[in-house]
Amino acid sequence: MKSRIFAGAAALAAAALVLSGCSSSDEATGGLQIDVPDVPMHEELGDFEGSVDIVAWSGFVEPAWSDKFTEETGCVVNRRVAGTSDEMVQLMRTGDYDLVSASGDASLRLIAGGDVQPLNLDLIENFGDDIVEGMKGQLYDTINGKSYGIPIGRGANILQYNSDVVTEEPTSWDVAWEADSPYAGKVIAYDAPIYIADAAVYLMAHKPELGIKNPYALDQEQLDAAIELLKQQNGIVSEYWADPAAQITSFVGGNTVLGTSWEVLRKLTEDDKFKSVLPEEGSTGWSDAWMLSSKADAPNCAYAWMDYTSSPEVNGAIAMNFGMAPANAAFCETSDEAAAHCDYYNATNEEYFEKVWFWTTPIEQCIDGRKDVTCTNFQQWTDAWLTVKG
Amino acid sequence: MKRRAQLAGLLAAPLLWLVGIYIFSLVMLLVTAFWTTDPFTSKVKPGFTLRNFEQLLVNPAYLSTAFRTLAIALAVTALSILISVPLGIFMAKIAKPWLRALLAVAITLPLWAGYLVKILAMRVTFTDEGFFNWALGPLGITGPGFSITTVVLTLTYLWLPYMAVPVYTAIRQLPNNLFDASADLGAGAWRTIRTVVLPLIKPAIIAGSIFTFSLSLGDYIAAKFVGGSTQMIGSIIASNINLNPPIAAAFAVVPIAFVVIYLLSVQRTGALERM
Repeated sequence: MKSRIFAGAAALAAAALVLSGCSSSDEATGGLQIDVPDVPMHEELGDFEGSVDIVAWSGFVEPAWSDKFTEETGCVVNRRVAGTSDEMVQLMRTGDYDLVSASGDASLRLIAGGDVQPLNLDLIENFGDDIVEGMKGQLYDTINGKSYGIPIGRGANILQYNSDVVTEEPTSWDVAWEADSPYAGKVIAYDAPIYIADAAVYLMAHKPELGIKNPYALDQEQLDAAIELLKQQNGIVSEYWADPAAQITSFVGGNTVLGTSWEVLRKLTEDDKFKSVLPEEGSTGWSDAWMLSSKADAPNCAYAWMDYTSSPEVNGAIAMNFGMAPANAAFCETSDEAAAHCDYYNATNEEYFEKVWFWTTPIEQCIDGRKDVTCTNFQQWTDAWLTVKG
Repeated sequence: MKRRAQLAGLLAAPLLWLVGIYIFSLVMLLVTAFWTTDPFTSKVKPGFTLRNFEQLLVNPAYLSTAFRTLAIALAVTALSILISVPLGIFMAKIAKPWLRALLAVAITLPLWAGYLVKILAMRVTFTDEGFFNWALGPLGITGPGFSITTVVLTLTYLWLPYMAVPVYTAIRQLPNNLFDASADLGAGAWRTIRTVVLPLIKPAIIAGSIFTFSLSLGDYIAAKFVGGSTQMIGSIIASNINLNPPIAAAFAVVPIAFVVIYLLSVQRTGALERM
C-alpha cells in the first residue's frame, strides 16, 4: 500500500512539473520542481577509465567519429544499439552502461527513477550558447534547475515510401492509416506503445471532434479512438518494426512500400528509389540528449564523450549521419554542406518543429492543460497497445 | 553409509544446478507476477496484487494470443510428425546405406547452424522478392509472405530434427519380420503403418512432440522476423519485460500451464514410462 501511495505522489509531482513546465517554459527553467531521487553530481574530472559503454540509437555512435575520440582520450567506445526507448530504459537500469542517447519519453522515466545523474555543465566546455533555442532546458532534461541531458539533435518520424510503387509523393498520412489505402498490406508500423501518439496526431487533423490537443495527453475516449485507428491499420500492415535491420529489409525485400521511418534508415537502404516526406498532418518526433547513468563506471570518459560530441563538427556529423537537426547551431556555419543540411532539417526553424510532437511519457495529468479529465498514463498505453495486434 | 555419501556426492552438482539455478530463477519469476509496477517510471516494486492475473482475463489480447500460440505449437508438432514418420520409414527400411547416411546428415545439419541465422534465412526466403516467389512465381504460386503460415513453416524447420531423429531411431529398431508378417497377413502399406508401426513408435513420437511443442510455445523471434503482425505469447512477454515485468511474469505462467497439461495428458497414455 505504501508503495502505491508513493507511486501516486511521484505521478502527481511529475504532473506538477509538466504543468508548470508548460506555463513557464519561456521563463527560467529553474522553477520546475519534482520529487526525484537525490543523485550526487560529478564534481571534477579525473583520470580516464579506458572505456565507456553507450546505449544509443542506430547511427549515433559510429567509428567515423568514435575512433578519433578513442585516440584523443584512450577511452574505448562500446556501443549498444537500441530500437525503442523502452529498451533503452531497461538497459540503463541494468547498470551496465554509462551513457544513453535518451529521447523525451525515456528521459523523464530515467530521471524520476533515479537511473541518471545531474550533469555538471562546467565540465562540458562545448555546451554553450549555440544550442538551438528549442532544445535548451526542455522539461525532459532539466528538472529542479538541474540539467540531466546534453542535447544531441531532434527530428521527425517521417513517412518513407518506395517511389517505384508510390509514384506520387504522398501529402498525407492517410495512405498509412485508412483501410482503403491503395497500398494495403504493404504498410509498415512502429512496434512500441508510443506509436499510439502517431495515431493521435492523425486523428488531430482528421477527427477534430475528438478534441485532441496534444497526442501525449489522451483521455480514455481519445485513447480508445486512437486504438480503433491502430486496429484498422493492423489490417493493412505488412509488419511492425522495432529492429532497424528488419525495417530496412522489409522495404528492400518489397514486403513494405511505405510507412513510418527515420531518415537514417532510408539512407541505409542505399537506394534512391526510397524517398521520405513529412506529411501535412505533422508527425511525432524525438528530441534526444546524452544522459549519464547514476551507476556509471566511467564518468570521466562519459563526460569527455559528451563534450566531444557537443562540438559543432562532431554534433554535426551525428546529425548528418542520422538525418536530423543538430543541437549545436554553430555547425550550420561550418560549411556550405552543413548549411544545406541545417536548412533541409530546419535546424533553427522553431516554427517547423511546432508541427512535430516530441516523444513524451504520457502521465495521468493532461499535459495539454485540461483539468476536468484524467489522462491515460503510459501503463494504460502499454495495455492498450497489446490489443492492437490482438 | 559410504555408498550413501558417494551417491550424495554424485548428485550434488546436478541437484545444485536444478534447484539452485533452474528452479530458483523460475520461482523468482513467478513471485514477480504478484508485484506492482510504477505507472510512470515502469519500475517494479515488491508487493502483493492479483491485478496482473486479472489483466490476463480482462484484456482479450492475452487470451487470443495464448490460443493462437497454442494452435501454432500444435500445428508445428503435427507437421513435424507428418514429415518424420514417412521419412523415418524410408530412411530405416528402404534407403540404401549411403542415402541413409546422407539423409541423416541432411536432417541434423540445420542443428549446427545458428538459430538466428536460420530464422533470417527464412526471412530472406519469404520476402516478396525472395527465393520462394522467385522459384514458384513462374508457376503462378505466390508465397505466404510474412504470416502465421510462415511462422509455422519456420518453426517446423527449426525443430524438425528433434522429432525426426527419435522417430527414425525407433523405426530402425523395429524388426523387419514385423513388416513381412504384416504383409503376409494381407495388410497394405498404409494399414501396416497405422496398425504396426505407429503404435510401436508412439513413445518416440511423444518424446519428439514434447520438444517441438514446448519449443514452439516459447518462441517469439520467428514471429518477430517472419510473422508480419503475428503476435505470440513470447512477443507479449518480450515487449512487456521492458514496460511491465510483473505482467510479463504473470503471462509466463500460461505456457507453463500448457506444457504441464500436455505432459499430464501424455502421462495418462502411459507413454512416458516406455520412453
